[in-house]
Amino acid sequence: MIQVNTVSKRYGSTEVLNINELTIPKGQSLGLVGNNGAGKTTLFNIILDLIRPTTGEIINNNVVVNKSEDWKTFTGSFIDESFLIGYLTPEEYFDFIGDLRGLNKEDVKTFLNQFDEFFNDEILGERKYLRDLSKGNQKKAGIVAAMIGNPQVVILDEPFANLDPTTQIRLKNIIRTLTENNEVTVVVSSHDLSHVTDVCKRIVVLDKGNIVNDITTSPETLKELESYFSA
Amino acid sequence: MDAFFVTKNCNTTLITYQLNNNQMVSRFLNLEWKSFLRSMFWQKGVLINIIMAFFVLYFITIFLGIGIGGYYILKKELPTKDPLKIINSLLFFYIIGDLIIRYLMQKLPVMNIKPMLHLPIKKKKLVHYILTKSVFSFFNIIGLFFFVPFAFVLIKEGYDIPNVLGWLSGLFFITITANYLNFLINKSNIALVILATILIGAITLQTYNIFNLQHVSLYLFNGLYENPIGCILPIVAVGILYFLNFKQLASKVYLDNAIAVKAKQVSSTDLSFVDKFGDLAPFLKNDMRLIWRNKRPKTVFFMSFIFLFYAVIFFTNDVYQEKMPSFLIFAALFVTGGFVINFGQFIPAWDSSYYRMIMSQNIKYRKFLESKWLLMVAITFVLYILSIPYIYYGIDKFLMITAGAVFNIGFNSLFILFAGSFNRKSIDLSRGGFGNTQGMSATQFLIIIPMMGIPMLLFWILDTYVSFNAGVIAIAFVGVISLIFKNYFMNLIEKKYIKDKYATIHAFNQTH
Repeated sequence: MIQVNTVSKRYGSTEVLNINELTIPKGQSLGLVGNNGAGKTTLFNIILDLIRPTTGEIINNNVVVNKSEDWKTFTGSFIDESFLIGYLTPEEYFDFIGDLRGLNKEDVKTFLNQFDEFFNDEILGERKYLRDLSKGNQKKAGIVAAMIGNPQVVILDEPFANLDPTTQIRLKNIIRTLTENNEVTVVVSSHDLSHVTDVCKRIVVLDKGNIVNDITTSPETLKELESYFSA
Repeated sequence: MDAFFVTKNCNTTLITYQLNNNQMVSRFLNLEWKSFLRSMFWQKGVLINIIMAFFVLYFITIFLGIGIGGYYILKKELPTKDPLKIINSLLFFYIIGDLIIRYLMQKLPVMNIKPMLHLPIKKKKLVHYILTKSVFSFFNIIGLFFFVPFAFVLIKEGYDIPNVLGWLSGLFFITITANYLNFLINKSNIALVILATILIGAITLQTYNIFNLQHVSLYLFNGLYENPIGCILPIVAVGILYFLNFKQLASKVYLDNAIAVKAKQVSSTDLSFVDKFGDLAPFLKNDMRLIWRNKRPKTVFFMSFIFLFYAVIFFTNDVYQEKMPSFLIFAALFVTGGFVINFGQFIPAWDSSYYRMIMSQNIKYRKFLESKWLLMVAITFVLYILSIPYIYYGIDKFLMITAGAVFNIGFNSLFILFAGSFNRKSIDLSRGGFGNTQGMSATQFLIIIPMMGIPMLLFWILDTYVSFNAGVIAIAFVGVISLIFKNYFMNLIEKKYIKDKYATIHAFNQTH
């Protein structure tokens, strides 16, 4: 589904990303882990065509992302709060995203119903602007917005950060359901090793822009990762 | 024994943390100085700083000018009266007006102490600090620019020095009284209603000669001049109000009280009437909410209605009519162009805080731009309708405004969209409107040249060598032609935006 071909990114003489080859098949859930500055967000920004790679290209479902914008119709994403429109209420924001993805108000409403538990009555009907919500609640809104309109690819940067424990568990269930039928490709990054190993079938470890490990998740993965990062 | 030892130990550590008063003050001053040096002000471009400095100097000069020249102007205009008495009879209205302006604009900067709450500094000290600091507010100082030079002139003109000084210090402490009174009443709307009623009531009573408040004002402030010892009264008032403020605030220095960030309850307005614009609707809705829910674009929106009156200055002055008629075109363009200019110049920076999201969504850039264009055209049209009363100044003036409106709708709206693709400065929507230069760059100053210059030049040439009508028609013609070829120009603009996409994303992300 997503193919990363010899993608690198340099700023001046510092190289922040250099991935020779990474292929994420359709329906896979991939966890991206690495310390600060490992290049996770840079990779996401390149996948979303928000920054240009110095070399190489990303192919998302046969679309070269910086050549055509067709990938946008089937890709949902949430990177950080700057993806939210602060002066809208969550409902208005969901409607806006829904509009862009060809859903009407009713469709959006039905879609949101399945997230009642995830929202925990803190998002909808609160009569607050997104900018006035807590970080955790902003994140909830952003994550759900990324899933509006049945995207084939969902990209989430640090989705677990700032969420309370209950919501973290609920989010894990949401991601599992999403990838259940091997239809939707999910790429998440996280600093929390146990969460990603819980929900992702494959873990890629980045360090200083390079892939240093590529593991299919097994019961031993968490141990393996912990020993890698404590070294 | 052990327990005693521990307590004693704690005490000593506590004591070492308690700084003495002088150290504390110097630290606060140090922080204040750093916050000044490192504030946004110095991080702006040189050009903007020069312009800002120019405005500040302009206002100071005006106040100083009135302060110094006021005495002589009054003397010349009303030779039979004592200028000081005239001023004194008006001071009452000034003070009430001052209070209303303070009520609307001056807030106690309580949020500044938030980062210090958890530090080992006594809360009382923090409260004293913000209360003292408030004395140096702009609202207290600006008046002095008038009163001090005026007092100097009085002394020079032979008024008794002790009396003038008493009068001056009395007024100074009344200003400070107003300062502290405002913080006390600021929370209640009733206070504003009362103040407004007093002012309107006083003016009404005055105009209809029912009750002469000027006499009261004169009696009070002349009394202050005659008995300079009277300045003790406002000093006492300052003391009492300071104490009350202190009492009130000291008990409220908690995150859920005085220092709380207030989140407003919002009510969504139904904007489904724009749904008929199809693909544009989601963007139009957003843009309308953007304007309505954020201070700065809201100010811009209201300002464009104030621009409506701009041409009155030009139309009532015969100099322009006779010597430089192309400046009438300049004014006419501003009448309907306020929104295009003030809102348009910051496209796409209005959306800078979530620009990355927009760029990763399945949108046509065209729709995003068309929505802005439609909004500018619609509001310009409304402004044009509202400008109809200008017919009063003659049909020729109204024709100029009409030509200006057509030009604004046709040419300027497109041109400013194009110019917007050069915008690289982001705008933080949560910041205020007035005097906020965030997002400004050389672009804003350069674009105004063709937007105003082309029609002025066209008009000047044709009016001089052909006729007035030819000049007006030519301006409208450029507007109509631009409108006819709108799609062609839109294609170019869209291409430019797409080409600059990465640079814009990068730039907007920087200042975030």
